[in-house]
Amino acid sequence: MDAGSPIIRMVDLGKAFQTSNGVIQALNHINLDINAGEIFGIIGLSGAGKSTLVRCINFLEEPTSGEVIFEGQPLSKLTSAQLREVRRSMGMIFQQFNLLAQRNILQNVCFPMEIAGIKRKEAVGRAKELLDMVGLGDRCSAYPAQLSGGQKQRVAIARALATSPKVLLCDEATSALDPNTTKAILALLKQINKELGITVIVITHEMSVIESICDRVAIIDKSQIAEVGKVSEIFSEPKSRIGRQLILGDAVKHVDFGEEKMYRILFDGRSSNEPVISNLVLACKVPVNIMYAATKDLHGTAVGQMIIQVPEDPEDAAKVLRYLQTAKVPFEEVGRNDI
Amino acid sequence: MTFDAATIQMIGLGIVETLYMTLVSSLIAYIIGIPLGIILVVTDKDGIKPIPKLQATLGLIINLMRSVPFLILMIVVLPLTRYIVGTTLGSTAVIPPLAFAAAPYVARVVESSLREVDYGVIEAAKSMGASTMQIILKVLLPEAKPSLLVGAALAVTTILGYSAMAGFLGGGGLGAIAINYGYYRGVKDIMWAAVILLVIIVQILQETGMRLSKKGDKRIR
Repeated sequence: MDAGSPIIRMVDLGKAFQTSNGVIQALNHINLDINAGEIFGIIGLSGAGKSTLVRCINFLEEPTSGEVIFEGQPLSKLTSAQLREVRRSMGMIFQQFNLLAQRNILQNVCFPMEIAGIKRKEAVGRAKELLDMVGLGDRCSAYPAQLSGGQKQRVAIARALATSPKVLLCDEATSALDPNTTKAILALLKQINKELGITVIVITHEMSVIESICDRVAIIDKSQIAEVGKVSEIFSEPKSRIGRQLILGDAVKHVDFGEEKMYRILFDGRSSNEPVISNLVLACKVPVNIMYAATKDLHGTAVGQMIIQVPEDPEDAAKVLRYLQTAKVPFEEVGRNDI
Repeated sequence: MTFDAATIQMIGLGIVETLYMTLVSSLIAYIIGIPLGIILVVTDKDGIKPIPKLQATLGLIINLMRSVPFLILMIVVLPLTRYIVGTTLGSTAVIPPLAFAAAPYVARVVESSLREVDYGVIEAAKSMGASTMQIILKVLLPEAKPSLLVGAALAVTTILGYSAMAGFLGGGGLGAIAINYGYYRGVKDIMWAAVILLVIIVQILQETGMRLSKKGDKRIR
């Protein structure tokens, strides 16, 4: 694998849409190099412009400024026939799978080869191989309506690979799938990348997807690239605000703690194996602030006390206290001076 | 008793003429209507080959043609009918005005079926490098097939209704029988027989269309 040389370059890419409410700038000054053979992630919240970005890569959306360069060819300079040729070297899969409902699975996988003018016999042979590879070799005559979401996406992957593309574009490919199916589809994408050497570009709003398969990631926010880098680096040290929000999730959401509302929790000898505070936070989904703690493990029982601050929001505070009551953890309200 | 052998033979001929007028004009209307329906969808501003000016002009012409009442249209196209068929009387003479009246209607029916095709599937085809023609022939029409068949049942039964109206202007078929016997001569039982037969034919055509649509639809498990 020739890692390092860009297969796709986006140079100062911009896309504006004319709408009845004026011009909407969906993409602004996007500069990105995608290296051959890597799995590149593009993440952002919905409306950030990531779907438009992936459609600019194969010119399903024509950029209004800047350039997309695929293997050295600027796409805006191509004739429509040349562009169709280029699209055959970029497979694409979608959130909603987009299979042809009136064709069976084998015919679906044959479809791009039919378009490319590949002989029927040859196309059927290759389609069968691809369906075997994605684990659906025995369902050739089934129709999309008879398949589960994960199976439909497998067919879509087989179809996208039919014309032996160099790049596979995945637009929220796992967003309509349950967590286990997502895992299996991601593993398949990784396998395709490793075994066939196909560059994979993954568009998603889920950090877990990036984390599990991507080599590098670009974070897109408000039509611009906020941050680009190796996944490991961005995860350990996100520099942009949006990066921190995506990686740390709601935990960075600012919570006000009341100055006065403090509670002393007494550990009177329950099992020291029971993570009282963690369970509280997980169950209530509300943060608490530990002000002071002195606990000891005495032969397997926890003794001591802890002072926590609860959120100012009365509803959240009540949730915490209700939990402590239900869990039979003794507690009392204390003032700042009592600590 | 009005139902003697000659009457029954006349009614039999009426059935044949009605089917002949309806099916031949439907065929011609579809030959004209399908391309028009495709153009309406494809050249739309959100279509796969946007030409909004052409789309708007075509839409306007179709609306104008659809707003002319059928009996008036028949009279307007009489010279054309005489030129094509050689006469303005009989079943064959009804076919040009019927086809002419039905074509814009068929175009709209085809248009609405094609619009039901999910844009995502068209986008997928585009991403594979499909040309506009390939998308029309390999995606739009096959994916819309069940809906097109339902639309065809609708169109053919409507054309059948128009063909009955043509009886007023010297056309043939069950409609003419009903008008000539029931309206002009007051022989009510022959009129009712013709009307009941028309109802049965409509039922059969409608049901056939629906069944073909369901049978061919692969979206149903």
